[in-house]
Amino acid sequence: MIKAILIFNNHGKPRLSKFYEHYNEDTEQQIIRETFHLVSKRDENVCNFLEGGMLIGGSDYKLIYRHYATLYFVFCVDSSESELGILDLIQVFVETLDKCFENVCELDLIFHVDKVHNILAEMVMGGMVLETNMNEIITQVDAQNKMEKSEVIL
Amino acid sequence: MALKIVKGSIDRMFDKNLQDLVRGIRNHKEDEAKYISTCIDEIKQELKQDNIAVKANAVCKLTYLQMLGYDVSWAAFNIVEVMSSSKFTYKRIGYLAASQCFHENTDVIMLTTNQIRKDLSSPNQYDTGVALTGLSCFVTPDLARDLANDIMTLMSHTKPYIRKKAVLIMYKVFLKYPESLRPAFPRLKEKLEDPDPGVQSAAVNVICELARRNPKNYLSLAPLFFKLMTSSTNNWVLIKIIKLFGALTPLEPRLGKKLIEPLTNLIHSTSAMSLLYECVNTVIAVLISLSSGMPNHSASIQLCVQKLRILIEDSDQNLKYLGLLAMSKILKTHPKSVQSHKDLILQCLDDKDESIRLRALDLLYGMVSKKNLMEIVKKLMIHVDKAEGTTYRDELLTKIIDICSQSNYQYITNFEWYISILVELTRLEGTRHGHLIASQMLDVAIRVKAIRVFAVAQMATLLDNAHLLTGNMQRNGICEVLYAAAWICGEFSEHLENPVQTLEAMLRPKVATLPGHIQAVYVQNAAKLFATILKNQEGNTDSTAAQETSQMMIDRLPLFVQSANLEVQERASCILQLVKYIQKLQQKDVEVAEEVSALFAGELNPVAPKAQKKVPVPEGLDLDAWINEPPSESESEDEQPKAIFTKEEPKHSRPRHTEVDEKELARRREARKQEQANNPFYIKASPSSQKVYQEAPGVEHIPVVQIDLSVPLKVPGLPMSDQYVKLEEERRQKERAEKKKKEKKKRKEKRSGRGKKHDSGPESEEDITPAHVVDIVTEEMPENALPSDDDDKDPNDPHKALDIDLDNLLETTARRPLADSEKLPVRSHRAAGAPKSPAEDGEAENATPQEPKKKSSKEKRDKKKDKERDRKRSKEEKKKKKHKREEKEEDLLGGQAEEAAVQSEETKEVEAQPSSTSAEVSDLDFWLSNAPVPSNTQEAATVAAAEADPAPEAPAGTAADSEPEEPKDTETEESKSSKHKKKKQKKEKEEKEKKKKKKHHHHHHHSDGGGEESVQNGTVEEEEPLPPMSNYCLLAENSYIKMVCDIQGNLQDGSQVVVSVIFENKSDSFLKSMEFNVLDSLNSKLQRPEGSGPHDGLTVPFQLPPGVSNEARFVFTVQSIVMPQKLKGTLTFIVKNEDSSTHEKLDFKLHFTCTSYLITTPCYSDAFAKLLESGDLKSSSVRLEGVNMPFHHLLARICFHHHFSVVERINSCASMYSRSIQGHHVCLLVKTSAQTVSIDAKCDEPTLLGNVLDEIKQTFSQC
Repeated sequence: MIKAILIFNNHGKPRLSKFYEHYNEDTEQQIIRETFHLVSKRDENVCNFLEGGMLIGGSDYKLIYRHYATLYFVFCVDSSESELGILDLIQVFVETLDKCFENVCELDLIFHVDKVHNILAEMVMGGMVLETNMNEIITQVDAQNKMEKSEVIL
Repeated sequence: MALKIVKGSIDRMFDKNLQDLVRGIRNHKEDEAKYISTCIDEIKQELKQDNIAVKANAVCKLTYLQMLGYDVSWAAFNIVEVMSSSKFTYKRIGYLAASQCFHENTDVIMLTTNQIRKDLSSPNQYDTGVALTGLSCFVTPDLARDLANDIMTLMSHTKPYIRKKAVLIMYKVFLKYPESLRPAFPRLKEKLEDPDPGVQSAAVNVICELARRNPKNYLSLAPLFFKLMTSSTNNWVLIKIIKLFGALTPLEPRLGKKLIEPLTNLIHSTSAMSLLYECVNTVIAVLISLSSGMPNHSASIQLCVQKLRILIEDSDQNLKYLGLLAMSKILKTHPKSVQSHKDLILQCLDDKDESIRLRALDLLYGMVSKKNLMEIVKKLMIHVDKAEGTTYRDELLTKIIDICSQSNYQYITNFEWYISILVELTRLEGTRHGHLIASQMLDVAIRVKAIRVFAVAQMATLLDNAHLLTGNMQRNGICEVLYAAAWICGEFSEHLENPVQTLEAMLRPKVATLPGHIQAVYVQNAAKLFATILKNQEGNTDSTAAQETSQMMIDRLPLFVQSANLEVQERASCILQLVKYIQKLQQKDVEVAEEVSALFAGELNPVAPKAQKKVPVPEGLDLDAWINEPPSESESEDEQPKAIFTKEEPKHSRPRHTEVDEKELARRREARKQEQANNPFYIKASPSSQKVYQEAPGVEHIPVVQIDLSVPLKVPGLPMSDQYVKLEEERRQKERAEKKKKEKKKRKEKRSGRGKKHDSGPESEEDITPAHVVDIVTEEMPENALPSDDDDKDPNDPHKALDIDLDNLLETTARRPLADSEKLPVRSHRAAGAPKSPAEDGEAENATPQEPKKKSSKEKRDKKKDKERDRKRSKEEKKKKKHKREEKEEDLLGGQAEEAAVQSEETKEVEAQPSSTSAEVSDLDFWLSNAPVPSNTQEAATVAAAEADPAPEAPAGTAADSEPEEPKDTETEESKSSKHKKKKQKKEKEEKEKKKKKKHHHHHHHSDGGGEESVQNGTVEEEEPLPPMSNYCLLAENSYIKMVCDIQGNLQDGSQVVVSVIFENKSDSFLKSMEFNVLDSLNSKLQRPEGSGPHDGLTVPFQLPPGVSNEARFVFTVQSIVMPQKLKGTLTFIVKNEDSSTHEKLDFKLHFTCTSYLITTPCYSDAFAKLLESGDLKSSSVRLEGVNMPFHHLLARICFHHHFSVVERINSCASMYSRSIQGHHVCLLVKTSAQTVSIDAKCDEPTLLGNVLDEIKQTFSQC
């Protein structure tokens, strides 16, 4: 199970937060801060796994992250997920974003966090991986966007 | 004016959208909070608009603000509004917002049920999809229960997009509503073979999650998963399945054997690292499960270790990390194979990546032996010196201690070495783990007697050089070791070489800068030391030495008496007085040493950490029972209205201490003041006193020298652990040489005889003897301590509820078919209204006797297995005769063929059913017991067809034979799950109570409103307290015992009723062996534990001493709830006096009223109105005359006795609602005028309603 998916930039500003378990807003912010703190002080060429912080999970949980340019993509997962699998999933996620936004950059995420949520919803649902095939994800996202557009015209 | 409004709303239309908000926030970096608060005000305005587009825009912005940490729960209702928009665009925004900020306690969630249901059945697949995604984030137990059926239907939707989402969300539904697992499982299993890979993957995902927590229930799916594993090409699915097998193998070693080959093949063939890694992991799990007595798997171990080595040597840090992680798993069972890679692991310690270094450290823990411990620790010590960051250094420190202290210091041969390691570690500045080192020092010194002399000497040196440790106090945790040092020197002071010097060191002024708790130990142990010194010195003729020591104590101790720390102050002043007295005696030449040292005589033994917990509770002691009478209810007068609704549970209030009246207090205060005034050592409250001391000369003038730690510090007199390594080497060589000599001698002797030849190869573990005899004092445990390892299990794990037996569901011939009650609640009341047909009832009746009744025993199980195998063998033989070339049939498909055959048997012979189901259970056995030779489906099908023919004649006899043994396997599981159920029920009860409380709150709210009105009307009836009420009614009573009972429906299980019986012992005798038995009726049955007959009684789980009462709960299953019913029962028990004991019995009649099937359920007024409008409810009414009580009493009574909740109350009219355990809605409209109360009622089950009304009438006729 995936417990949380966080995206924040090099300064720890949250760009997307998706918690699959309920925390109140303060705890969420604290988790984001703590995660940023843990992740940001690591060198570029070290491994992408991190035993979880205090706030989230406990011993069964791991932080798996990737750093792209100005953004950190962090997944907090338990031991039922394959570490390398999740790394691949992050890659799929980013590539999908890239396709959907055409050369994605931080600004896209800043201004269209709702769209990022919608894309993520086609990949991960309730903490479980729903779809890993990028084409399938893009098809579904596009179809929904098309529907939205048709409603606007109406 | 109107124009203005229109204009305003048009303005709003062009209001900020999300992008504008984000831009705005970015432009207001200085006053972000202020800007956002104005934005929130705007949003609030927008939410008040009727335009849904504006609302959606507002909600969208709120979702963003929620991410920034703003609480937006106040807009929950608006979110629901946006969710229910008919436009997909807005709906999606609404569901997203809901998924981000709704949770179980969001109360508006209750309002969403119908909306979600509508969206789920929407013709537009994306409406459904969005609803499913949202629901997956905020599903609550209520939603899960109400929507389980709808979601289950979606699992068979035509669109794979919906199917996969529905399958995935079922996991969340199971978690929230465990009852849905059994009914939904067959379909879920079906989806494992869905044509769409996405759906298949989702199903695998869900089952893997389920199986991870309760693997044993999913063992029987192994063949299916095996098939998937060998056929699937989707790496995601493969990884999940392989991980699942890793969880299953520990339960079934045979499965492991079957897996090894395909996994090994995958390892060799796959190019995906993730898959390779998971394969290796599972092979390791298999090897662990096989570790006992399977020598021929060394090839697999070698393969794993070799592959892992490749991973670890890879330049990719991720692979390196995972390789080390997996390596540590092998280490547990096959340490030897890992130990050969020690070089590699030590190399990893130098890695720049901290995660990798930590992993390598973990591995080291398991790699030490007596032989290499010193060497490894030496390496680690070098790393400690090199380590730059304190976190990693601290980690190293703890690891060193862990490694050395593991399994009771198993690997330490030389404790002098260990002590010196600990002492060396004290030189780490700024470590947080001072206390860890300290506790190790204490532990070793206390438990290893032989080391005390050495330890004491070392500790004395430490104390002497304390100034080095305490260099800069503020951020230094290391001074904790002084605590240990002082204690050890004091406690074992007889070993001190120069006690006076140590005493002097302990009383230095600088000590006063240490933390309080350490000073306290210093003071106390100075006294111990003093006692020892006196003892030594009194033997001498020179008495001045002793007096000098006393004088030193008297000189130095006042420093501590002034301490701000109470503990220090108290001890110091006490000891100071003592020493002064001693000095007086010394001056009179009285010998005091004996008496002084008697103060500290006796040895302190270590106590095991969990010793206290393990002291068994003596029989007859009930820790929850009141010692005194519980305090009277009147204490909590203000809470009384609430207390009426909850059962009287006075737990929260404790008996008060005897109250001291004000005068007495004042007197005591005065006395204390006097005392303080007279006490010269009492520091009167002046805030500067402490500061003054700190600035005292003597401290200030000592120049603070910064110690440069880059140069390893060598304190004179402190040993270096390295020297021990050398010494140890020498010692061992010597030993070896001696041994060789001896052995040579022996050999010479043996040459003449025919004795076995000993192989004196390289030095083995056992050969290394400790340097000195180590007497490790074991930790003390209480006598007859209970052995229990499950101290740390989490009782709140939601997955416990999902430990549900599923095996018998797997095939169409279920042994325990789904009971009616287990079926998912179908779209609420409409369909459920019809009473069950007698046929259905009959079916259910038939179903229950099928429940296993036989006692399970291992022998039987084994016998049965044998028989099964025999049967199969004979079948196989037949087969072989018929189709010789189909020998390959013995694969997993063969297993299925067997099943098919069994099924066809069944259709022909009903009697054979039990045996055939047992055959199913052993299908797994069958599958497992055969060699893995995959073949194709067609072949298997022909086998199945062929087998269907001879089968019917053959097994009739065997079937009859095996019938009695049938229930065994599932039995144990079922009993487990029933145990589990009980627990759950308890939880439920608690929850119910909680809910009740909440409800009362709710109710309060309403009555408050009513209260205001009634005040307007000039009455104050609301203030009137409610009389105490209890639902416990007398069940039966005789001169020995009294039974009262309360009957409650079980919310989670529509067919269960829980009867709580309080047994009260009225006699002067001891009552024991109570057995509670009820004569079951067709409709209601007492739930008995698995294995007992239908007429056996239930043992009451406690005994009753005279005058004591206790409560027991019994669960009944009921089929129909529309009629009240009575059950006859008997309680038998033994009355035990001092001299005699007699059997007694007491008959009783349990009365299940229809009320007891009702469950207090809150209902919102709008939902209530909808319900009434729906027109599905039959109405009925009743009038009560001469009811002479305030209206709110009346309502309270109905609420309390009949489990209703007030929906709304206006003046003397109230609507009330309740729901039966089987989901019938019962609505009441209660009106009162003068002394007449009229109740109009509606319910979807007229019989039930009639009975409930009768019962209400009866309640009021009694009062």
